[in-house]
Amino acid sequence: MRWLALFRPGDWLVAILGMTFCVASFPLAWQGGAAEKVVIKRGGDVFAELDLSRNRQIEVPGPLGITTVAVEKRRVRVVSDPGPHQYCVRQGWLERAGEIAICAPNQVSVQIMGGKEAYDSLSY
Amino acid sequence: MTHSVIKLTTTLEDHRIAQLAAAAIGLALIDAAIPLPLPGVKPGLSNIVTLIVLARYGWGTAAWVCGLRVIAGGLLLGQFLSPGFFMSLTGAMLSLFVLAFAIHLPRRWFGPVSWSILAAFAHIGGQLLLARLWLIPHNGLFYLVPLFASAALAFGIINGLIAARLLAELPATDTEASR
Repeated sequence: MRWLALFRPGDWLVAILGMTFCVASFPLAWQGGAAEKVVIKRGGDVFAELDLSRNRQIEVPGPLGITTVAVEKRRVRVVSDPGPHQYCVRQGWLERAGEIAICAPNQVSVQIMGGKEAYDSLSY
Repeated sequence: MTHSVIKLTTTLEDHRIAQLAAAAIGLALIDAAIPLPLPGVKPGLSNIVTLIVLARYGWGTAAWVCGLRVIAGGLLLGQFLSPGFFMSLTGAMLSLFVLAFAIHLPRRWFGPVSWSILAAFAHIGGQLLLARLWLIPHNGLFYLVPLFASAALAFGIINGLIAARLLAELPATDTEASR
């Protein structure tokens, strides 16, 4: 092959190193810690940790009944809650690291954890 | 009326830079016309010229040719001083910086293919950095790193091979034989 003859020994080395970098960059960039997480707690204990980049719906059983939490488009919200005031449901979507929704009667909390948290906690 | 004539004296070196830069600009225009799926992924054909100049005439001439190509290419494509121009400029500056070191690698072992790969990675690295700092200040940008890196490697190898082949086939002229 004429083209292959143009590779000098070191060129192979550089090409292989470059390829290693490319292959390594796929898992690093696509699964790595850059993705933010949602921590769902029940009664103070961690019930589940969800990846914000993956759409999902999860049901958390509490003393009053089932609280439904949904992750969608890098946001999370409490879809339904058996509590009387529905504060956590009305809070709507949480998008920023540190934001938290607390369904106190059912002892469920949903908080976004991020690499860099600007606030200790945010609630409205 | 008296004519005032401004005459610029140009050296042989100037002519050579102008000719090579013209070739690079032509390739840059072809580059811009090739449709590719992701903005930022380009073959970078004009870097073939940069590599050949680097091998034949040294880093200084290569820097001139590359710089002229970025500015004139930007003017011709209507993106002078636009974000695209600064991306191009940053990429060119970083790859020239890396090439300044790469040409000192032993020639027996490392040829234009190595230079090309290293410069391609420096190019995309600089562009990603500028994009992250200025244009898209969000870490989501780094999701694209694998794609950009793979494209850099592939086009780096291809351009390096073309440059190596042209260098092997084009006989050295006497100006450089004296170097």
